[in-house]
Amino acid sequence: MSIVIENVGKTFIDPKKNEVTALENINFSINEEEFVVLVGPSGCGKSTLLNIVGGLLSPTSGSVYFEGITEKNPNLGIVFQEIALFPWRTVFQNVIYGLEEKGLPKKKQIEIGNYYIDMVGLSDFKDAYPKQLSGGMKQRAGIARALAVEPDLLLMDEPFSALDAQTRTLMQEELLTIWNRTKLNTLYVTHNIQEAVYLADRVIVLSRHPGKIKRIISIDLPKTGRNDEEYREKSSRYADEIWQLIRHDAEEALKE
Amino acid sequence: MDKQKKVITNRVAFLDKKVPFYASFVGILGLLILWEIISRIGIVSPLFLPAPSEIIVTGWQMLVSGEIYGNLTASLYRIVIGYAIGSVLGIIFGLILGFFKLADAVGTPIVYSIYPIPKIALLPLFILWLGIGELSKVTIIALGVFFPVVINTFSGVKSVDPMLVKAAVTFGSNRVNVIRKVILPGSLPMIFAGLKLAAGTSLLLLVSAEMIAAQEGIGSMVLHYGNLMITSKLMVGVLILSLLGLTFNRGLKWLENRLIPWKE
Ligand SMILES: Nc1ncnc2c1ncn2[C@@H]1O[C@H](COP(=O)(O)OP(=O)(O)O)[C@@H](O)[C@H]1O
Ligand SMILES: [Mg+2]
Repeated sequence: MSIVIENVGKTFIDPKKNEVTALENINFSINEEEFVVLVGPSGCGKSTLLNIVGGLLSPTSGSVYFEGITEKNPNLGIVFQEIALFPWRTVFQNVIYGLEEKGLPKKKQIEIGNYYIDMVGLSDFKDAYPKQLSGGMKQRAGIARALAVEPDLLLMDEPFSALDAQTRTLMQEELLTIWNRTKLNTLYVTHNIQEAVYLADRVIVLSRHPGKIKRIISIDLPKTGRNDEEYREKSSRYADEIWQLIRHDAEEALKE
Repeated sequence: MDKQKKVITNRVAFLDKKVPFYASFVGILGLLILWEIISRIGIVSPLFLPAPSEIIVTGWQMLVSGEIYGNLTASLYRIVIGYAIGSVLGIIFGLILGFFKLADAVGTPIVYSIYPIPKIALLPLFILWLGIGELSKVTIIALGVFFPVVINTFSGVKSVDPMLVKAAVTFGSNRVNVIRKVILPGSLPMIFAGLKLAAGTSLLLLVSAEMIAAQEGIGSMVLHYGNLMITSKLMVGVLILSLLGLTFNRGLKWLENRLIPWKE
């Protein structure tokens, strides 16, 4: 099964009635068990693209479809940049939200919910409300909620951008550990180049105004231990390549 | 060189200075004592301001004679039914107006054009339509409650983070469940703000309506003893009303804490 993004374009009308082309001519696919990272400076249309893929925004042109899927409706899991946990639900109730909506029996909900809460290390905070959690813990709950529906495609929009640097590093490691257990097709959005190189099988570099694909880079490194001494140099060469591609756009973004 | 020591002290210590818990009681108690003294030494005639002790004694007598019971149940009946109808309808309409764009476009202007009318001005009209009985009084209370609740519910719905709706839809919610599981709990804090506002309004309307058109009820009792210049009995009525308001607010606060334990 793969997810195909075909000729996708998106034009917004801004408050002054001008047309803003956020995305133009986007073509790529996410293959079975592939971790694709979308990287680009802020305002290049990453969230827009992720929302289109997630079915939360209509594209102006083109389409997104699943190929080679046997069941009726593909299952999506999204980890939002804004986290978007329901404040009136405990961690557990948030995590089983999707299972509840699927109409799974209570027993099954509890079983699956506990499994994923344990996976993200929140067992001690099962019954806590989001307001009682730290930023990192909230995002872990958000990840567990998305994993719990066992999605055909996992979408993540800058999930760690609001965290401090140390927490972020730890969460990236944890995410990889989890990913290695679940091997979900994943589209991950970030503006952080190091993060992209650390996580991705393939990096898609977006340009800005309009958001177009600049280059698609396959990261030829083992999936675990990319921070180890022996891969440092290769990692930083990838990072440098990406930085050269988006540097100009990032500077432009700064001027706005 | 001379070493001089200058200790730096916390200059904003006053910000977290603690006030003893009994301070608020002392205020009320002090006022009551002052009031008692003024009445006792006869600076003010008891016709205008009876002493607190006298009000208590009178209140006890009225309680024993059953006078309070009769008037209080009549008033409670009106306010409970009126408040319940007004708030339930207010919440339902608020949710609908807030969630459905068409209902918003059609209904909101209507709500905002009726809202500023002082509701008590409509009482004569309601008496004309519904008769002098309970129905016109219950209706006016329900109407007075409806507006603050509908408007607060409406803004509560509008204040729900659209991200949460997106999250719910992503994880499989249909429209009904979006309303039930996201919009309703998300607007609860604002709904409660409306309910508290409406509590004051309902009490005001209850008393006014009873003063205008009722044989029984705390409002008519207060007016009755005012006309007879029996000030201590009048004050008992006022005391009951203030206790009623207090209980009302406490009850809502208790309910709020029960229903919204997740609030910051
Ligand atoms: N609802 C909208 N209306 C108008 N313009 C929008 C809207 N959403 C996004 N944009 C514009 O589209 C561009 C891409 O935005 P976004 O996808 O949020 O970027 P990113 O997530 O990469 O930072 C920006 O220039 C932004 O101003
Ligand atoms: Mg974004």
